Amino acid sequence: MERLRAPWSDHRAGLVLGAVALLACLSVLLMIVFVAARAWPTFAHNGLAWLGPSGNLTTQVENTLATSTDPPPSAFHVRVWPILYGTLLVTALALALALPLAVLAAVFIVELAPAALRRALVPVVRLLASVPSVIYGLIGVLVLVPFVGGHLITASERTSLQSTVQLTGAGLVVAVVVLAVMIAPIMVALVCDALAAVPAAWREGAAALGVNRVRAIRAVTLHAVRPAIVAAAVLATARALGEAIMISMVSGSVFFSPRPGDGVAFFFEPLRTFASTIVDYHEGLGAPALSSMLYACALMLLLSAFVLSVGGYFIKLPLRRYQVRG
Amino acid sequence: MSALVPDVALPAAPQRGRRSSVRTWRWSDRLVLLAAWGAGLTLCAVTAAIVLYMGYRGVQYLRPALLFSRPQVSQGQAGSGGFLDPLLGTALLTVIGIPIAAPLAICCALWIVEYGQGGRVRRSLTRVVESSIEIVAGTPDIVIALFGLAIFQLHVLSFVSFVGEGGGVYGRSFLAAGTMMSLIALPPLFVATRDGLLAVPAHMREAAYALGKTRIATIRRVLLPSVRSNIATGVTLGVSRIIADTAIVIVLLGDELRLAPQGGAPGLGLLRGTGSTLTSYVFDNSPAGEGDAPQKAYAAAFVLMLFVLLLNLAVERIARAHASSGGSVAVTGVV
Amino acid sequence: MRDVHNRYKLYCVNLYREELTLKTIVRTPQMTVERTPGIAHTPRDWQPTPPVPTVQPAPPAPTVQPAPTVQPAPPVQPAPPVRTIVLDRDPEPVRPPEQREAVRRALEGAGPERLRLRDVAVAYGAKVAVRSVSLSIHQGEVLALIGPSGCGKTTLLRTLNRLTELTPSATRSGRILLDGHDIHELEDTALRARVAMVFQQPNPFPMSIFDNVAFALREQSRRRPRRAELEPLVIDALRRAGLYEEVKDDLHRPALRLSGGQQQRLCIARAIAPRPEVLLMDEPCSALDPISTGIIEELIHELRRELAVVIVTHNLAQAHRVADKVAFMYLGDLVEYGPARQVFEEPRAPRTRDYVRGAFG
Repeated sequence: MERLRAPWSDHRAGLVLGAVALLACLSVLLMIVFVAARAWPTFAHNGLAWLGPSGNLTTQVENTLATSTDPPPSAFHVRVWPILYGTLLVTALALALALPLAVLAAVFIVELAPAALRRALVPVVRLLASVPSVIYGLIGVLVLVPFVGGHLITASERTSLQSTVQLTGAGLVVAVVVLAVMIAPIMVALVCDALAAVPAAWREGAAALGVNRVRAIRAVTLHAVRPAIVAAAVLATARALGEAIMISMVSGSVFFSPRPGDGVAFFFEPLRTFASTIVDYHEGLGAPALSSMLYACALMLLLSAFVLSVGGYFIKLPLRRYQVRG
Repeated sequence: MSALVPDVALPAAPQRGRRSSVRTWRWSDRLVLLAAWGAGLTLCAVTAAIVLYMGYRGVQYLRPALLFSRPQVSQGQAGSGGFLDPLLGTALLTVIGIPIAAPLAICCALWIVEYGQGGRVRRSLTRVVESSIEIVAGTPDIVIALFGLAIFQLHVLSFVSFVGEGGGVYGRSFLAAGTMMSLIALPPLFVATRDGLLAVPAHMREAAYALGKTRIATIRRVLLPSVRSNIATGVTLGVSRIIADTAIVIVLLGDELRLAPQGGAPGLGLLRGTGSTLTSYVFDNSPAGEGDAPQKAYAAAFVLMLFVLLLNLAVERIARAHASSGGSVAVTGVV
Repeated sequence: MRDVHNRYKLYCVNLYREELTLKTIVRTPQMTVERTPGIAHTPRDWQPTPPVPTVQPAPPAPTVQPAPTVQPAPPVQPAPPVRTIVLDRDPEPVRPPEQREAVRRALEGAGPERLRLRDVAVAYGAKVAVRSVSLSIHQGEVLALIGPSGCGKTTLLRTLNRLTELTPSATRSGRILLDGHDIHELEDTALRARVAMVFQQPNPFPMSIFDNVAFALREQSRRRPRRAELEPLVIDALRRAGLYEEVKDDLHRPALRLSGGQQQRLCIARAIAPRPEVLLMDEPCSALDPISTGIIEELIHELRRELAVVIVTHNLAQAHRVADKVAFMYLGDLVEYGPARQVFEEPRAPRTRDYVRGAFG
């Protein structure tokens, strides 16, 4: 006890701190290992065709739920193409909606807003970013879904699709809108920081060359923050992919691939994403086959985060050519 | 002050010469100006709508009795019964999560800033640690929840929850959820502490070394006190992330709305038991859950929003107090 | 002469890393040092000086006159050290002063009046920066604003293209006329298209060289000009700025990779590309080395044929070299304004005389 109480040497303290720091890395490693280990049975039985389309996914999932112990190989048979399609669709549309909005809002906050409005907007953005996703989901399911279901979906659309899917208002458009509102504040905050960091010399130089304010912003400032915009988009996409609770509440929770050929009804069709599937079936995590499939969905999310960061790095690479070194 | 030239009388308010009129601009410039104003005002409008609507519904449905009565035993909540248990559950998760995350984050930040800057091996280790924490920050909470389930369903860790009949480890309890919540709170704490440590000026460290203090003594006596406000900011951000998280609660805390301790020991039983939090209470009472009590859901959501608002205000207050006393606190509050 | 290679071994103790590293610093300068014998230029060359033998007085001469003994000559006192530094390469040839004087005389008073200032005063909030200045600026001549730091030269310059409006607290009075039109009646973008500015620190945009020079040409026009239309204008601007020869092999290189002097010339090219009428330069050479400074001064000399140039400088020698007219400002007042030769050689105000002779500054 005495030796422990005596002042530690720097070397020992360094080792202890380093061990604790490596704990953090260990947790990431363990996460990948455990999730992959639990997801392995699904891939073992399905292979990469797991991602393809075939058959009715709902009945397949019911099948996996049915058996509780020692399931036969046929219980593992799933094809999750509707989930993959739904995830990509929702994420791409939400990003396409939120990214221009966020960049323009950031430009407004940093460059165009009067000083009083700017002081008010900074905490507003931070507040929006910290609102829990369950509250977004609550507003979505109690306000937007009845609005869409009651006022925007026409009876003819409902009857035309009656045989395939029920249009209840919970579907693509509500999910996309709420998801866009959720990921916008993250992008606004990042792009605001980058815009504020643009050296004043460039702004003065552009002003002295006789260009009006918007031109100066477009040609010089936005040009200079392109890497930050890419970083913001990557972060927002990662957040959008991982959003489970809100999507589960507003997207209709049906294994269905929305068909663009249906016209306007395309926007009201329900869907599911990888994350919302996990939330929807979390009670069935006791059934081995279903649990393995849900862990496979989680593994897809992990992989997507990795792919995103690598992709973001490669997109930023040519953009950095004209920036200051270092 | 030359006597040759009389003092000039200048106008009080700054005058602007003629600005470039919008009529001479290109169409795309006018569009961008309009769109920027529109985007900014939309942001304000959306925030106002969310806050005002939640406030309206909350004031409409929140009764003080709700805060202090326990939920009904049955699943339907349309009758009487409040959300005391979910409130306690939220507090319990915070109390478990932060004391695990804070030492971890502070030790990581200290190691990286003090010990990790020299030599090639150390610098690559630094990069590994920072990348892992970034990966944890970017992992969806549902994946962390599944990871927690996978870990705590091992027989080795059955003490964290309980063993059901048939031999399977249940894997869900407050301890399990709290431990995973610490992973959620780790990145903001780490980033805040690391930025604070990096901002400590070199002369403070050098003065301590010149007086003969070892590195560990400098850390204890000089560095940690000076980053107190950064740690406070990080803790506040971590708490706001913990109370806002739903996915981990749903997966790792089961479906019970009331606190259900496991086993005999009074404190440990509570920790090993299951229950609910505000977020899962809102989820269960919305149409997505069992769903027949939207009023309770609105009331609970209003309380949740109040907590989030208060925590945000606290972060701002800390940042302003620290800035006025001459430090620098970078508050992004996003990651 | 011999080349000097010095090696110094230093033991560096790094407190933070708690390690001892042995560093060897090799200095191989590009200059050679003429050595005067007997002088220690480096510690290694130091030899202890031999003690100076005392000179004994000559013994009294005997009756027989023997040959006087030759006294040992007293050691030569070392001459004061003379170190002449010879550069490895010759400097760029500069036009001899007589030739510049000739060109100057030929152009004296050649141009029309471009800018006229009438009782211009500028203040930042309560602090008055410029007090009642009246000047006139003609094409074909270089006006140098000189004066010690903080006397309002830069503020006056920035008022000429209304850049002071970017500062919220700036107020002004008086009139500034560009070709007879009040500049506050013009639109600010139109004004700045005719009055261009070059800043103290080179600030090229984070784009290629071509895009930098073409920036003003692209953004000032209503419709976007094509690359084929821009290219000859860009090359012409680079030629006039004296940069074309050095960058012509790749115009799409990032501009931030150029050296400091090249960046400043790029900024000058960018400023003169849209053919402005007046060029304002705010201490353009203060951040540059002497060779780049010389190149830019040559440039100013050639540019003034087509433009009016106003240059702010706190370097009296540069004002001497470059200016045709000089305005001396002190604490916001215009103390003296007149032709360069008169201000430098026969200043009227005593304060000007003190300043140009270096009594304060």
